[in-house]
Amino acid sequence: MIKIKDISKTFGDKMVLEGIDAEFEQGKTNLIIGSSGTGKSVLLKCIVGLIQPDQGLVFYDLRNFTEADKEMKSEIRREIGMLFQGGALFDSKNVEENVMFPLEVLTKMPLDEKRDRANDCLKRVGLENANKKAVSEISGGMKKRVGIARAIVNNPNYLFCDEPNSGLDPQTSILIDELIHEITHELNITTIVVTHDMNSVMGIGENIIFLYKGHKLWEGNSADITNSGVGELDDFVFANKVMSKMRGS
Amino acid sequence: MREFGRYVMFIGSLFVRRESFGTYYKLVLEECVQIGVNSAFLFILVSSFIGAVTTVQTAFNMVSPLIPRFVISQVVREMTVLELAPTVMALIYAGKIGSSMAGGIGTMRITEQIDALEVMGINSSSYLVLPKIIASMMMYPVLVIISGVCSLVGGYLIGQAIHIITPTEYVAGLRFAFNQQEIFVAVVKALVFAFLISSISSFKGYYTKGGALEVGIATTEAVTTSVIAILIADYFIVDLIL
Repeated sequence: MIKIKDISKTFGDKMVLEGIDAEFEQGKTNLIIGSSGTGKSVLLKCIVGLIQPDQGLVFYDLRNFTEADKEMKSEIRREIGMLFQGGALFDSKNVEENVMFPLEVLTKMPLDEKRDRANDCLKRVGLENANKKAVSEISGGMKKRVGIARAIVNNPNYLFCDEPNSGLDPQTSILIDELIHEITHELNITTIVVTHDMNSVMGIGENIIFLYKGHKLWEGNSADITNSGVGELDDFVFANKVMSKMRGS
Repeated sequence: MREFGRYVMFIGSLFVRRESFGTYYKLVLEECVQIGVNSAFLFILVSSFIGAVTTVQTAFNMVSPLIPRFVISQVVREMTVLELAPTVMALIYAGKIGSSMAGGIGTMRITEQIDALEVMGINSSSYLVLPKIIASMMMYPVLVIISGVCSLVGGYLIGQAIHIITPTEYVAGLRFAFNQQEIFVAVVKALVFAFLISSISSFKGYYTKGGALEVGIATTEAVTTSVIAILIADYFIVDLIL
């Protein structure tokens, strides 16, 4: 479980996050949603420690991450897997080497074992035949899947996904969503997904936080989201024509 | 001054939370190949031509019959050992390797590859930059020595080809009043320049923000700053040692 308390962040004069409190449960796909520029990615980066919040605390299973020393932070980070918006795969390595990378740096596993583990993860994301391909040879959707394989290779306790569907076609988006959802339940890990894709929200959102202009306006699940009674959330949810039709019916 | 302070802190960050020796060993070897082996041809080509041109120009300027011909190769030797091999090659090194380091690390920054390393609990600056600095400090002195030899050989060959100087005179000039301390100065220069180029270029790349345009700007800044640092360091080394 991940708990955040009173997280605030400003860049210069611009307030990006203000007093965000939330709890992200283990074994559930937790979503942070909101329009572009509402601070979703900044919040995610504050949680993983890529951005230092101006105020507030982040707890990983009661371990205070924000005030931890570098060693402790490093230890917690080794329990984290993260899928970045663009995949963030290393160009100098092929697909298999990318997936093996966390094992190479963080473990003392024998090479064969590392390779087997990497290929198991690639198989899990449906890319068992792409292991020797260069990163430049694979599609955007495949990059995301390799990113997921790399994120789970070290058996993480926490999985973070920043806009996993951005730039993908609807079918591939659904595939990626399902994969994240299945892995969360399979490994019983705490997963946080940042997205503005309503298909993801309706498909895998078990615990959803809605951000608006740096504030948390609503928290709930996909069943309640269409009748939240929050105007800003309704505007966000029903911006999509299909959702608007659903509202009409 | 603020930028210099950030640079000092960046250098300090390379030595905390380091990875295992084995990890660095492999990375240093890869960088040595990238820096040393892949640059050798350019260094040999440039230094051979510089040596040849220096020989021709020195001969052209020595119009007095009272000056012995072996002075030509003595001048080539002095220029090569003290300035051409370590300093001029450092400027080329900054252009080739420094820009590549800044561009590579800058691209990793804007494509979130550095963030990915940090999230894994890896000290990204140490993991990416320390091997480059170590490999530079190992390979650049070797390149300088190769350049020095090629420059002298280039001068020798052109001297024979266009009958400026005989082989005996050329070798005599190379050996005349030779001060071994000059080699020491050249190696010290090579070590200092290698450190400056690799660390400054990595620093500029590491703190790139934005997109492709900013990577280009960081690369240009890396080369410019490295060149200025080389020239300043060159003066101080000569002033302190010679």
